[in-house]
Amino acid sequence: MATTPKLTSAGPAVGPTGGTAAADVEVALESLSQWQLAWRRFKRHKMALMGLGIFGVMVGIAILGPIVMPYNPLDIPGSPVPGGTGPSLQHLFGTDSTGRDVFTMVLNGARISVAIGFFSMTIAGLTGVVVGAVSGFAGGLVDNVLMRLVDVLFAIPFLFVILVAARFFGQGSVVALILIFGLLSWPLIARLVRASFLSLREADFVEAARAVGVSNVRITFRHILPNALGPVIVAMTLLMASNIVLEAFVSYLGFGISEDQTSWGNALSNAQTALIFGNWWWAFFPGMAIALTVLSINFIGDGLRDALDPRARL
Amino acid sequence: MTERVLGPGVPPPPDVLLEVRDLRTYFHVMDGTVPAVDGVSFSIKRGETMGLVGESGCGKSVTSLTIMRLLDIPPAEIVTGEIWFDGRDLLRLPEAEMREVRGNDITMIFQEPMTSLNPVFTIGDQISEAVVQHRHVSQKAGWDRAVEMLRLVGIPGPERRARQYPHEMSGGMRQRVMIAMALACDPKLVVADEPTTALDVTIQAQILELIKALQQESGAALLLITHDLAVVAETVQQAAVMYAGKIIETGTVEDVILRPKHPYTEGLLRSIPSHVPRGQRLNVIKGTVPNPFRMPSGCRFEPRCPYAFEPCHEFEPPLAAPPADQSQQVACWLHVPEALRPGRAAVAPAPPVPTEAFVQVESVTRQ
Repeated sequence: MATTPKLTSAGPAVGPTGGTAAADVEVALESLSQWQLAWRRFKRHKMALMGLGIFGVMVGIAILGPIVMPYNPLDIPGSPVPGGTGPSLQHLFGTDSTGRDVFTMVLNGARISVAIGFFSMTIAGLTGVVVGAVSGFAGGLVDNVLMRLVDVLFAIPFLFVILVAARFFGQGSVVALILIFGLLSWPLIARLVRASFLSLREADFVEAARAVGVSNVRITFRHILPNALGPVIVAMTLLMASNIVLEAFVSYLGFGISEDQTSWGNALSNAQTALIFGNWWWAFFPGMAIALTVLSINFIGDGLRDALDPRARL
Repeated sequence: MTERVLGPGVPPPPDVLLEVRDLRTYFHVMDGTVPAVDGVSFSIKRGETMGLVGESGCGKSVTSLTIMRLLDIPPAEIVTGEIWFDGRDLLRLPEAEMREVRGNDITMIFQEPMTSLNPVFTIGDQISEAVVQHRHVSQKAGWDRAVEMLRLVGIPGPERRARQYPHEMSGGMRQRVMIAMALACDPKLVVADEPTTALDVTIQAQILELIKALQQESGAALLLITHDLAVVAETVQQAAVMYAGKIIETGTVEDVILRPKHPYTEGLLRSIPSHVPRGQRLNVIKGTVPNPFRMPSGCRFEPRCPYAFEPCHEFEPPLAAPPADQSQQVACWLHVPEALRPGRAAVAPAPPVPTEAFVQVESVTRQ
């Protein structure tokens, strides 16, 4: 237990030369954490702020879901008309030939896309960070084994595995897609984290932490990881965007979300036949939704890249 | 620094805090093996201060990192040696126990205050981390101790400063923080590895004063590692001079600085610029440190030594007290009585060099 420290302020004061640092001027500056500084830099990036706004709306739609949807996504509110009906006040984005509301489809698609993007990113991020951190900090045999595993995963044709796996593990399930995307896209993150760790573990402050008696696990996750997080967060953001595109693509090919669920990819797939009749609203609105989401995420990533750059000063 | 010849595995008497015996730390690299520390022995009593002096690459930092067991093994290998600290041989402690020693019983002050603090934590968090870990106190108590330590090292407004990040502080301030960290747990030994090298001269003096004052107040022993003889002269009681992985001279600071016996120490002191009148060339020690892959077989200073004679080239001199002055130890054949020198059969008449050498030594004595 705690013993009375020998050095206390009650003891004799340090001599004048050893006393207060003369150069230190008392300025009542507010103390900003790294995150506060990063936010300050992020805010100057106008496109990133806009991206954050648009993506915020998408996330809002995804969370609120049924509350903002004018119709139940499984309902058929309109009447079946070949080629569907164009945009109107009742159906903002028009309907498809069975009479489904395209606006509801787009909103529901946002739900699916955001869920897939976010959760697959989380899985990939956690796996990648843990594998990369252990690999980079431990080095030696552990590093070798883990990195060869990463090499193997990189060598497998990604799309092919996704198509096969999607068919195999339950066509159309959102959870299955999240797992597949998440478990296949972590190697990128792992490599990034490992690279940062390799340089950071030689840092003076890591040696100082070891000299204080901090355990390796604590050094890895408390001391090194926060310093390595910047590029990882950027990469995870971009990974989220690419997984959203991937979902649309796989669904478009008919290997993703099942037909009855209206994801953006499915909507585009339907639209392929519809365009023959000149019913542009089937493809336009879901397509715009994908483009807007991905673009806004990429802008956020750009802003984060600048904001989290440790060399950038205010 | 009295010499006890104790057998291996026998702990030193309790008044000795740290005793390093025949320590050899080698680095195995691509081109071969570098004997960075090659047979170093010294001891520090409780509360004593000792300086380890030498130029870059002589093995002084490796010695300190070996004591802390902070070297990566491999490439490093501790070939032989015992490090007795407070009755235990640190080299035989399991890593978990060693972690309890680090930051608690032995702490370090590092050379680079600008990079030795973690940029993502507040100063207070970093100081209290050690306290919370080793003293098993609450976060709150650890934080209070951090603030108290900041006040002790002379940082104004410690409550506010504790909440700040390293990037908000100057180099001198950060070194004060490092000192606060090193002393927060009341260590028995503080190892300061070039604590003032990265600081400008005015701050250097302040920091040395501070280290000295806090050392005396806390009663911790101090191992000061530096290349700067002036720093040693001002700060410590005992001094050991290292050259090419070996200690070549030890004794009290007065003896080593004012009455150096080894030609290398003498050369070092003579090369201090203030000894030379304006307009004259500075004194230098001729030649360069030996290539670590091809150490001289005899005395390692022999190729550069102005007094080298027969045994020096072939035989390594032991670190021993010269008959004339028992308070000091020196590794030089000049100070070994003729009868005890090796290879006497080969060298028929004993060389008359030593007396001349002594005269030269005295000519460089300061005031």
